[in-house]
Amino acid sequence: MNDTAKIAIGTAVAGVPEAMPRGPSSGTGRIFKWMRQNLFSSWLSAAITLLLAFLIARALFALVQWGLINAIWSVPDGQTQACRAARGVGACWAVVTEKHRFILFGTYPFEEQWRPALAILIFIALYAVSAMRRFWRKELFVIWLGALAVIGVLMWGGVFGLSFVPQERWGGLAVTLILATFGLAFGFPLGILVALGRRSQLPAIKTLCVVYVELIRGVPLVSLLFMASVMFPLFLPDGINIDKLLRAQIAIILFAGAYLAEVVRGGLQALPKGQSEGADALGLSYWQKTGLIVLPQALRLVIPPLVNTFIGFFKDTSLVLIIGIFDLLTAAKTAIIEPAWQGFSLEVYIAAGVIYFAFCFAMSRYSQRLEADLNRSVRR
Amino acid sequence: MSDVARSDGADSSAARRGPPKRPLRLSWSDERFRGIVWQVVVVGLVLAVIAWLWRNTVHNLDTRNIATGFGFLWGQAGMPIADALIPYRPGDTYLRALLAGLLNTLRVALIGILLATILGTLIGIARLSKNWLLAKLAAIYVETLRDLPLLLQLLSWYVALQGLPAARQALNPVTGVYLSNRGLVVPTLVWQGAHGWALLVCALGIVATWYYHKAALARQMRDGQPRRVWPVALLLIIGLPLAIVALLGASWSINWPELRGFNFAGDSVLSPEYVALLLALTTYTAAFIAEIVRAGILSVSQGQWEASSALGLRRGLALRRVVLPQALRVIIPPMTSQYLNLTKNSSLAVAIGYQDIVSIANTTLNQTGQAIEGIALIMAVFLVVSLSISFAMNWYNARIALVER
Repeated sequence: MNDTAKIAIGTAVAGVPEAMPRGPSSGTGRIFKWMRQNLFSSWLSAAITLLLAFLIARALFALVQWGLINAIWSVPDGQTQACRAARGVGACWAVVTEKHRFILFGTYPFEEQWRPALAILIFIALYAVSAMRRFWRKELFVIWLGALAVIGVLMWGGVFGLSFVPQERWGGLAVTLILATFGLAFGFPLGILVALGRRSQLPAIKTLCVVYVELIRGVPLVSLLFMASVMFPLFLPDGINIDKLLRAQIAIILFAGAYLAEVVRGGLQALPKGQSEGADALGLSYWQKTGLIVLPQALRLVIPPLVNTFIGFFKDTSLVLIIGIFDLLTAAKTAIIEPAWQGFSLEVYIAAGVIYFAFCFAMSRYSQRLEADLNRSVRR
Repeated sequence: MSDVARSDGADSSAARRGPPKRPLRLSWSDERFRGIVWQVVVVGLVLAVIAWLWRNTVHNLDTRNIATGFGFLWGQAGMPIADALIPYRPGDTYLRALLAGLLNTLRVALIGILLATILGTLIGIARLSKNWLLAKLAAIYVETLRDLPLLLQLLSWYVALQGLPAARQALNPVTGVYLSNRGLVVPTLVWQGAHGWALLVCALGIVATWYYHKAALARQMRDGQPRRVWPVALLLIIGLPLAIVALLGASWSINWPELRGFNFAGDSVLSPEYVALLLALTTYTAAFIAEIVRAGILSVSQGQWEASSALGLRRGLALRRVVLPQALRVIIPPMTSQYLNLTKNSSLAVAIGYQDIVSIANTTLNQTGQAIEGIALIMAVFLVVSLSISFAMNWYNARIALVER
């Protein structure tokens, strides 16, 4: 508490940034003025600036030394002596260059790896198209169905002259994207249905939805994944066996459904009651009212929190590592299991982190921009 | 017949309660009838699916010779637990092993919540700082940590901690404190009864100080004279317990860590698994809490700051007495869900081998094959913990809620 207060006194918590007065016209003068206002406004502020500048400079220096100057970028075919020698002083990016195919595609047959690569590109294109407001129409639904079907064909093969690749061989980034995207594609409609059910007048349906949402949200995803990996086989009759990836996918869909339901419910609650009463007055049926009047407006209200929830799921798919499914993080962890490459996990994790970060950062930036856009056009 | 009678006599009350209930017509055009049919269909379907799954499960358990029920809890666990808070040997029961796991979960969750709140609040305030460098640094922290999977961060912390030197070459920053890849070792006090009494008095002192502080404030409200609280606090919280220790003549002998073989003897070790989990949970959740705190402070209008400074309050005092109490009303509800997230995320411990409740329940169900009971236990524990945290936070929220006239 004391520290909080101290920072606050010295550097002055600013609620709304003050309008900056016009500075002198010369360039250096403006810079000086800016620095005085933003870096050296008081003794404490100046001390904090100097301390931070020192720490940042040191950290950057160490990072550049480790990551660039002393780093080893490639080694001759599995000979890791150079990397071992540089341990502690330089990064071994050779492990990433050597294993990048494995990290991205797992154990997918080597000659066929263009297929998951293409699937990844289709996924990214799908996200890009969905992000454009021009495409927010019914046709988007068809685009999604088509894209997911094409991805299924690409990954499995067995038709159009593509060789069949069993699911156990899939891995890497493609699996992460499959888990996240299919989880979303099925979890979102489920979430909408549950949200509607939770706001329904029918007591039995309402109770079912409340129990489902609260039960799923009350337990960690890890326990749902355990349930999927050890309990689902017990649930099914003899002879029917669904593979591990599908089981995890079902767990993720159930999980996503419960969380998305709560977000959608927020939108339904925020919608003025007059909208649904007006629809009733027009004599629309429940599904007409919901599909044409309520949902389009309610979903629009919750787009920013929805995108944030998507980011959460994208990160949470990494938890399938715990039940041994070969996603991006598991592939990264497994890439260095050979004795020659052991001990270079930090480099591999950084590489995987960059990929995760790229996706999540893009989504979060998009969500911020969208929020600003929507706030401009819709005043509530 | 009875319907007619009711509508005759209840005219006035019907006007107050809205439209009178129409008799149910057995036709699809009747909304109530449709509602009942829908509910019967949905509930029937759900029950049918559950019954089908149940029958399959019973059949599968039978064919695999897996026992049912919670009898296994009293069986011998036979698994070692590295850092248990209660005395535990591999010969103990599953129940005790699970209890040790539960305590480990609570240990990491509670301390994680505390540290994440402090760190998150500091970063959230730093992000609003007028110092450009500090604000940007806080923003970078938040953006980076929020956009990386927690599991990735956890594994990285664990790898980084394992990169520390071995126990024989342990780092020794302060006398008696050793940091190695086996964890952190610190000297411990040889525990005596007198220390317990002193701790009790210290706790009582904190409570008494709190009440004194409240009384002092109430008196300040009456006569405008500020009163010092810190001398009383010093006396009650530090002075009295020290006096008790001196009076009871407790000795201050200390257990110094010593190297035996490849590791340190003694059990006051913060294991690397625990530290990695705590660091990952704290730093990750702090990024989210920082955003909540920032939004909360921004939600208080600028006029409140200006009015406070017009009253002559310093900025720190204005933050503490005027802005934060109002911001808290915005902050607490999302904060509650972050606390719940942290608690649920502590189950990632299983990935680095810290034995929390999920990890131990998982081992249990692998050993006994009783998957359903194991998963049910995990779910029950987390539901109880989640509900307790929500309950406590809701109570606090109701207490700080704006009292409107």
